[in-house]
Amino acid sequence: MQVTAKNSADMRLGSLEELEKLRSELLAAEDPDQTKIIVCHGTGCVANDSPSVTKALKAALAAAGEDIKVMPGIKTTGCHGFCSRGPLVIIKPSNIFYQQVKPGDVEEIVQKTILTGETVDRLLYVHPQTGETLKTTEEIPFYSGQERVVLSNIGQIDPTDIEDAFKAGAYAGMAKALTNMEPGQVIEEVTKSGLRGRGGAGFPTGLKWSLAAKHQGGQKYVLCNADEGDPGAFMDRSVMEGDPHAVVEGMIIGGYAIGADTGYVYVRAEYPLAIKHLVKALDDARAHGLLGENILGSGFNFDIRINRGAGAFVCGEETALMRSVEGKVGEPVPRPPYPSDKGLFGKPSVLNNVETWANVSRILDKGADWFASLGTEKSKGTKVFALVGKVNNVGLVEVPMGISLRNIVMEIGGGVPGSDHFKAVQTGGPSGGCLPWEDADLPVDFDSLIAAGSMMGSGGMIVMDERDCMVDVAKYFLGFLEEESCGKCFPCRLGVPRLRETLNRFSKGQGTLEDIDDLYSLAEAIKAGSLCALGGTAPNAVLSTLRYFRGEYEAHILEHRCPAGVCKDLITYSIDPEVCTGCRACSRACPQGAITGEKKKPHTIEESLCIRCGMCMESCKFGAIQVI
Amino acid sequence: MLSLTIDGKKVEAEAGWSLLDTARQHGIDIPTLCYHEAVEPFGACRLCVVELKQGNNSRLVASCVYPAEEGLEVFTSSEKVNSVRRWILEMLLSECPASREIREMAGQYGVNTTRFEVKDPEEQCILCGLCVRACAQVVGANAISTVGRGAQKEIGSPYLVPGEDCVACGTCVTVCPTGAMGARFERVRGVPSVIMARPGK
Ligand SMILES: Cc1cc2nc3c(=O)[nH]c(=O)nc-3n(C[C@H](O)[C@H](O)[C@H](O)COP(=O)(O)O)c2cc1C
Ligand code: SF4
Ligand code: SF4
Ligand code: SF4
Ligand code: FES
Ligand code: FES
Repeated sequence: MQVTAKNSADMRLGSLEELEKLRSELLAAEDPDQTKIIVCHGTGCVANDSPSVTKALKAALAAAGEDIKVMPGIKTTGCHGFCSRGPLVIIKPSNIFYQQVKPGDVEEIVQKTILTGETVDRLLYVHPQTGETLKTTEEIPFYSGQERVVLSNIGQIDPTDIEDAFKAGAYAGMAKALTNMEPGQVIEEVTKSGLRGRGGAGFPTGLKWSLAAKHQGGQKYVLCNADEGDPGAFMDRSVMEGDPHAVVEGMIIGGYAIGADTGYVYVRAEYPLAIKHLVKALDDARAHGLLGENILGSGFNFDIRINRGAGAFVCGEETALMRSVEGKVGEPVPRPPYPSDKGLFGKPSVLNNVETWANVSRILDKGADWFASLGTEKSKGTKVFALVGKVNNVGLVEVPMGISLRNIVMEIGGGVPGSDHFKAVQTGGPSGGCLPWEDADLPVDFDSLIAAGSMMGSGGMIVMDERDCMVDVAKYFLGFLEEESCGKCFPCRLGVPRLRETLNRFSKGQGTLEDIDDLYSLAEAIKAGSLCALGGTAPNAVLSTLRYFRGEYEAHILEHRCPAGVCKDLITYSIDPEVCTGCRACSRACPQGAITGEKKKPHTIEESLCIRCGMCMESCKFGAIQVI
Repeated sequence: MLSLTIDGKKVEAEAGWSLLDTARQHGIDIPTLCYHEAVEPFGACRLCVVELKQGNNSRLVASCVYPAEEGLEVFTSSEKVNSVRRWILEMLLSECPASREIREMAGQYGVNTTRFEVKDPEEQCILCGLCVRACAQVVGANAISTVGRGAQKEIGSPYLVPGEDCVACGTCVTVCPTGAMGARFERVRGVPSVIMARPGK
């Protein structure tokens, strides 16, 4: 949509009443009889070619035109969280849920579902445990177990259409705050809600704001942390792609509350769609007078700039992020001074995570009491997790704080493929730790996770099964942090590689039990001595796996054995002659030519040639290849 | 005046003093590597950590950057503190074994050997960044910088392209706590602008 100077002036909303009037008009203009076909255009589904599905759908609808009573509307939305089943097509209002839809399926959807109301059964979701075919989103445990607050509009609205966002209530909380509340009351409301930061540490948001607000007058800033660097995490990306207005609205509220006239969104450059939607949201908000001068006639001026981050993980740390926005080297600096006193450009600043800002919009809209009714005593509200790994339903889920790990993984996640339990769940990204099946009933909230040796982090949740080696997992996260350490302070720069080297030796079957004691001691020194939380939390991967899986470490060191069959130096592959059919799949798959044997006769692996890549095991349809 | 205790001793500090300033003012020694009066404190080497105790809680902070506050209870050589120092020094022994200063300091903490692999027996630089900060903040020349990140970090000319900004004042060599800058001076500082001054350019 081209916004000319003239019609942008026309679109400006001068007050809360004008916003509410526009919202009612837009809602009234909706045809209640119209079917809506929602096609997911989140990053995951787009990668699976959902735009072609949309195109085919338009063509099929046009072709069927005369037979259709009320022409359905097509709406493209952000991520529905179930990317592993994409492309997704959902028919509203009945909420029929079609997964892995290809352009070739579209004709049938139009002919059956749109014209006669029947379902296309082969596109429906099948429950991984019961084998039941489920028809609507409400029936699918992946959705029914969730509590969507931050994600409530994502998948429902067209994120590039501000009017669609208005219909879903966008900017209502902000309008209320700016029109009917003093800044201090806004902070009070956020404090009362019990909201804690979703970016990692869980710092109380209201308290953070009040620290910056107490500086009377002068330049201040609010910032949004959209650096999201945890491997496998895409919570914040989905929010920005699917409901950018929630973030913009939250930041306006925060700016008003602390007295800032400028906001920055620090977003990683690898998120082009998120940036595109954010830019569009900012343009549309400006055109409607929701950003800029005298917002909704309140006298409050505020605007938001976007800062593209170069992608270093450490730039997500708050002081490093601010240095990066200032154009300096993105390295952490010691606190105090805290950003609430001297932050961006030396001015009082508040940095919150994407999800935190989105929660702020909801809190001002629906009230602190409503928000505080969700979650646990000390962890209010919900949390979005990226559920990945050895779990049937991979995807983005939002759950009330305090829900058990078991519920998330076994119910919403549909369980672990081929097993009735998980071995471990890794939470908190690289800063977090691994929790064992024995802790399956642990309530997932900020404090329980810390007490268990992990942390909430920004919401990564990796499910692991018996084929995952805990020494290897710890090594992986340390390797990641070693790469990402800024190298400024000595305990982190020097210590993290040393921890990893020790684990490297363990995974080769070397080392002694004294090495484990040294590992504890060095880990504590790194935690206590590092300048920023990257080093301060880096040892968690080692400490938590040692705490719950010490036996597995000892198996490596004392018995030179990797029970999970992962550490290459400690395993051998062999073929069970009883099971092998001589199909030759493995010998073709082996990149080393290590497998020989006559056709239809049992094959064998030459150990000296084998590089333990596991290709043979994957290729064997009969399960004849073992690893010991 | 602020009053606090350091190692059980009541001391006074002026507002704006760091814990390190306060300790040194009262003759209490805290080891440092990345600190120098002439430049802004940096908080990088963490050798100057001290333990702050509040009830049952305790945490370590870098004394060179942590401000003196009323009522703080500071411990400069608790077991927690010394463990961090010993680990840092042991790792430095393997990282920059050629530095006599580091060997001496480690020796004072009973660290005479290292369990870690020595990568470069000639290395002396501990990457404290003093040279870089002195060149920028004292000389104003910005002729040297840290390049790279994490374990790959090193001291070099900005973007590793020799510049013409060095005025050959030698400040960096003077502040260097390990003698490393003396050995790498020619390589990292670029070409002095006094020599490179070319007419018409
Ligand atoms: C190494 C490191 C990386 C971080 N990365 C992020 C990130 O990508 N996104 C984020 O919101 N917070 C990140 N944080 C946490 C931020 O420093 C900060 O606490 C957070 O953005 C504050 O927002 P909140 O109070 O809303 O959680 C990181 C912290 C560290 C130490
Ligand atoms: S802890 Fe690591 S990432 Fe943080 S300042 Fe120190 S070296 Fe840099
Ligand atoms: S000698 Fe050159 S590099 Fe060293 S401080 Fe002086 S100007 Fe900087
Ligand atoms: S050369 Fe010297 S002053 Fe510069 S970083 Fe290395 S040890 Fe520090
Ligand atoms: S992108 Fe479509 S469900 Fe995530
Ligand atoms: S002297 Fe304080 S951190 Fe180096």
